[in-house]
Amino acid sequence: MHPALSVIFFTVMSGAGYGLMTLLIISIVFHVDGGMNNQQIIVTALVALGLITAGLLSSSFHLANPKNAWRSMSRFRTSWLSREAVLAITFYPFSLLWLLQWYLGHDLSNGWTLLLTVMVFMGSVMVNFATGMLYATLKTIPQWNTSLTPANFMMLGMMLGSLLLSTVRLYFGLPVEQLLIINLGFLVTAGTLKLMYFFWVGKPHGPSINTATMFTRATVRLFDVGHTSGTFLTDEFGYQVARFKIMLLRYAVYLFAFIIPALFLPMSMSFHSSLLLTLTAILGVFIERWLFFAEARHVVTLYHGNQRV
Amino acid sequence: MRLGLVIDLDVCVGCNACAVSCKQWNTSGTTGPLTDYAPYSKDPSGVWFNRIRNFEVGDYPNNKTVHFPMSCMHCEDAACVTVCPTGASYKRKEDGIVLVDQDKCMGCNYCSWACPYGARELDREDGTMKKCTLCIDRIYDKNLAPEDRQPTCVITCPAHARHFGDFDDPNSNVNKLVRERGGNALMPELGYRPTNMYLPPRAVKQEPTVQKESIISKVRDWVNRSIAR
Repeated sequence: MHPALSVIFFTVMSGAGYGLMTLLIISIVFHVDGGMNNQQIIVTALVALGLITAGLLSSSFHLANPKNAWRSMSRFRTSWLSREAVLAITFYPFSLLWLLQWYLGHDLSNGWTLLLTVMVFMGSVMVNFATGMLYATLKTIPQWNTSLTPANFMMLGMMLGSLLLSTVRLYFGLPVEQLLIINLGFLVTAGTLKLMYFFWVGKPHGPSINTATMFTRATVRLFDVGHTSGTFLTDEFGYQVARFKIMLLRYAVYLFAFIIPALFLPMSMSFHSSLLLTLTAILGVFIERWLFFAEARHVVTLYHGNQRV
Repeated sequence: MRLGLVIDLDVCVGCNACAVSCKQWNTSGTTGPLTDYAPYSKDPSGVWFNRIRNFEVGDYPNNKTVHFPMSCMHCEDAACVTVCPTGASYKRKEDGIVLVDQDKCMGCNYCSWACPYGARELDREDGTMKKCTLCIDRIYDKNLAPEDRQPTCVITCPAHARHFGDFDDPNSNVNKLVRERGGNALMPELGYRPTNMYLPPRAVKQEPTVQKESIISKVRDWVNRSIAR
């Protein structure tokens, strides 16, 4: 699959933003490291909303006809992309009302604040789930058509969210002792799930050129593809990366997204080091998302020369 | 009604006439134009509803070239319609034809990702997704003679490799062909239940492609070798 930068930026940034919102609410409700005061909550939530908005704006660059983007909320009963759009848009009024509650000086003892907290928490979890499901439901891309896909999207989002929350807390000079354990927990969980995914996509296990052409009892080879230069199909689905490059980039994902943050995070707990490690992890997840697209093999490539997907 | 095509791989000669006539008819049709990008340059490209690929089936000397025209299969369980977030993609109840409403499409490409057959192509100029309409602007046109109320690819095919009909009628021409010739769907394992069916090449006596050795061929070979060019 062609790795479109607008979609990569959107899924990483919005994923991190929704993850930060999720972790912020967890830290408020369970008083992780003593929680935060109202002003700090508002600033952290605005950081999250900034990331989410940047991502959503970037996703619109992927559309060839963005003037019809408002229609994408109409088919939420069948389409995961539509569900994602509905959830992402309805997230705004709820989170802004929620922010207003903190601004007015309320806390969780206020019934409305509590209700909105639950709504915003559910919203932020569900958007990341919908993003993952959007890819996982495609039977045409066997590498994505697995429950590991939404698991990866959710865990990587929450991992970046927890790292961002530590950075923001350190900026405010708040302690991050319990949060450090949460950070490490997410780093290990997300890293393990990604490892499973990398093993899953290794071998072809989808349709073959034989079922694609119905000649299931003979060898079939593409003789001529029928066009002299690229088509929409070869541009969109024909993207191929060298095996060696994939291997190098997988190591880079592990190094930047999981190993470096997990090793250095406990060593020095200052704002600057935490910010640097968070940016390193974001870079790692960018490479991860690029690989997610670049490694995926669409079944239509069977009509363009591939034997298996 | 469940309208669709049957494509006879036994007689298709891969001439591309179906694709060219499709392009000609549909570029001024309901979902036209079928935009071309840099048509007179070194790398011409553009939107097509119908593409022909050529495969080699079997191993030498028992191999065969099979020409493979592919357009929208108008699936019973069309994933492209399910995933469409805007409602631009829809499947008509009355005849099963899958269409894209050009006024609603936002060009997100998601339907093309869901289609295993490569039937959908984005028009980069219009920013909308385009696909085979089964010549919906021909097949119901009362101003045309009844024999002309068929998709243009079917009428054009010089080898009569393409057949158009109603798959819900057990005695339709298309269902008879599928029954008699053992027609198959492509990638049925994905479960989209494509309407279009493909007829496999007929089992015919194999003609050896290697010439047998005889006295005449030996003499001819000797003459060919000994005469200096």
